[in-house]
Amino acid sequence: MNIEALIASSIDGLMLGFVFGLMAMGLTLIFGVMKVINLGHGPFIVMGMFAILVMSQLGINPYLGLAIIVLLGLLTGIVVYFVAVHRVINAPELTTLLATFSVNMILIGALTIIFSTSPRGLDLELPSFRAGTITVLGTRLVAVLVAIAVTIALYTFLYRTRTGKSIRAVANNRGAAELMGINSTWILALSFGIGTLLAMISGGLLATLFSFTVLSGGGLEVKSFVIVVLGGLGNPTGALFGGIIIGLLESITTIFIPVSWVPVFEFVVFVLILLFRPTGLFGAR
Amino acid sequence: MKTLSSPFIWIILVVVGGASLLPVLTNSVSLREDMFLMLMLVILASSINIIMGYTGYVSFGHIVFFGLGGYLAFFLMKEFQVHFVLAALVGGVGASLIAFLMGIPVLRLRGAYFALATIGINEAFRAFFTNFDLFGGSVGMFFNFAVYDAYGGAKSAGQFAYYAMVVLALATIATSFIIKKSKFGLGLMAIREDQDASMVLGINPVRLKVLTYTISAFFPAVAGALFFFKNGLIEPAPAFELHRSIEALVMVMLGGFGTVTGPIVGAVVYERLRGFLITNPTLSSAHLVIAGVMLLLIVLFVTAGVIGWVRQRVPALRRYLE
Repeated sequence: MNIEALIASSIDGLMLGFVFGLMAMGLTLIFGVMKVINLGHGPFIVMGMFAILVMSQLGINPYLGLAIIVLLGLLTGIVVYFVAVHRVINAPELTTLLATFSVNMILIGALTIIFSTSPRGLDLELPSFRAGTITVLGTRLVAVLVAIAVTIALYTFLYRTRTGKSIRAVANNRGAAELMGINSTWILALSFGIGTLLAMISGGLLATLFSFTVLSGGGLEVKSFVIVVLGGLGNPTGALFGGIIIGLLESITTIFIPVSWVPVFEFVVFVLILLFRPTGLFGAR
Repeated sequence: MKTLSSPFIWIILVVVGGASLLPVLTNSVSLREDMFLMLMLVILASSINIIMGYTGYVSFGHIVFFGLGGYLAFFLMKEFQVHFVLAALVGGVGASLIAFLMGIPVLRLRGAYFALATIGINEAFRAFFTNFDLFGGSVGMFFNFAVYDAYGGAKSAGQFAYYAMVVLALATIATSFIIKKSKFGLGLMAIREDQDASMVLGINPVRLKVLTYTISAFFPAVAGALFFFKNGLIEPAPAFELHRSIEALVMVMLGGFGTVTGPIVGAVVYERLRGFLITNPTLSSAHLVIAGVMLLLIVLFVTAGVIGWVRQRVPALRRYLE
């Protein structure tokens, strides 16, 4: 067991963790604001991947494409909110679970018709950085920087702008927020849009790192659940740390145990945290 | 038993039983295959309805019991040549026991947390069985054809499995009805409406919920055992397929949440519809989109499902249609 392998895989895991964290942040934001578990999260991630793919085929630089994805994601989320979620926003959780699941079916069905389920990948070459025996891929480094930038932007928005403060007010107490003159319908729609755009950006970043198919979303969605629970449902900062923990766990544990055992460990921890620390590892917010 | 004197349940059982005899009478193998799958879905949907429809606990990963029962029974049949009926029952009891042990901690969770936990449990078991070499690991287990010799060859083994599935489906429906009509079932529905208020009325929610979870784990587990016995092959991915679990939830919603007939109607309609869409040349590529749109429309506008809608519209039927 050499120390260099450990460092290399830690760096790898840490970088991947930021992207995972960003991915889960969208899910946790939506839950935090409207108590909806969005089962359409996976397809949103996949939409981000394919949006980048299409744009790079059109000759648009993938990283420039991310800016377009922000708008696309916001719009998609707001439309989905009004079509599928708004009518059942106060219904029991089963109803919203099934409503978002139907969105999942529709999107995956439509994407399958357009793109089929064959694996895709981006042809992206960036210089990599080398220090001794440790190599850091350029694509990963850029992905981390984008993830950090988006996180900072999200926090600035939530804490420094009036609309952001309204979102936090609605998350805290919708009734009271309405009494303060906040139009909760638009705030909920906007929050859903932001959750969606976060999922799509993370999908776009993941597309620059790995090959993907229309069906990649399922596994990533379940991974997002694990991360979100780890960090506490509804807590975006927690999701970022949860993502880093999962990223590190997945890369470091593979040195000690076979890769296929990692999910067993992950899901057992997931259930245990739900049982004993339902507010997540980092306590209540 | 007084509950079983109701004509309603006998009508349902006769209808389902009669439909199950059709493939036998017409001697059609393809019809029998269709019915086998349909009955399995009725069992899955009905047993999810027992925990979800009556108690309000959304067991998202209920398919875990299908996989557990399937694996336990398959192992017994393959390694010890246990008769499939006995193996299926052992699988069912084993899965129930696991449900009992897991239920005690997990059923303390409410709402979304419970739903997420059941997903986690299913994924954990799937990941575990992918690595568990005794049960074949990621490639799973398959039968030597000699296993079927004890039943007079693979063909008649398939027939036996079918009859067993029919009996199991009838038992599931009867259990669902008996629970709904009993004092026990009333307690469950009180928990569904308001758990804290039900405790004030002297109901012990933990005991009722855990018992219900245990019961609702038995039927899918036996169904899994029968399915994989007939299949001759068991692998982690199809045994613990989360998607199938969600489809069963859709069937319950389609037919009518918390009713006895609802899951049956839902399973039949959903399966027929999917079959129609997939085989239709113009619609087959869009089948997922169409099914999704229909689900969305039902969730948004007909929340009570088919049976619930009929009950709302025709008050005269409420006394009879459960």
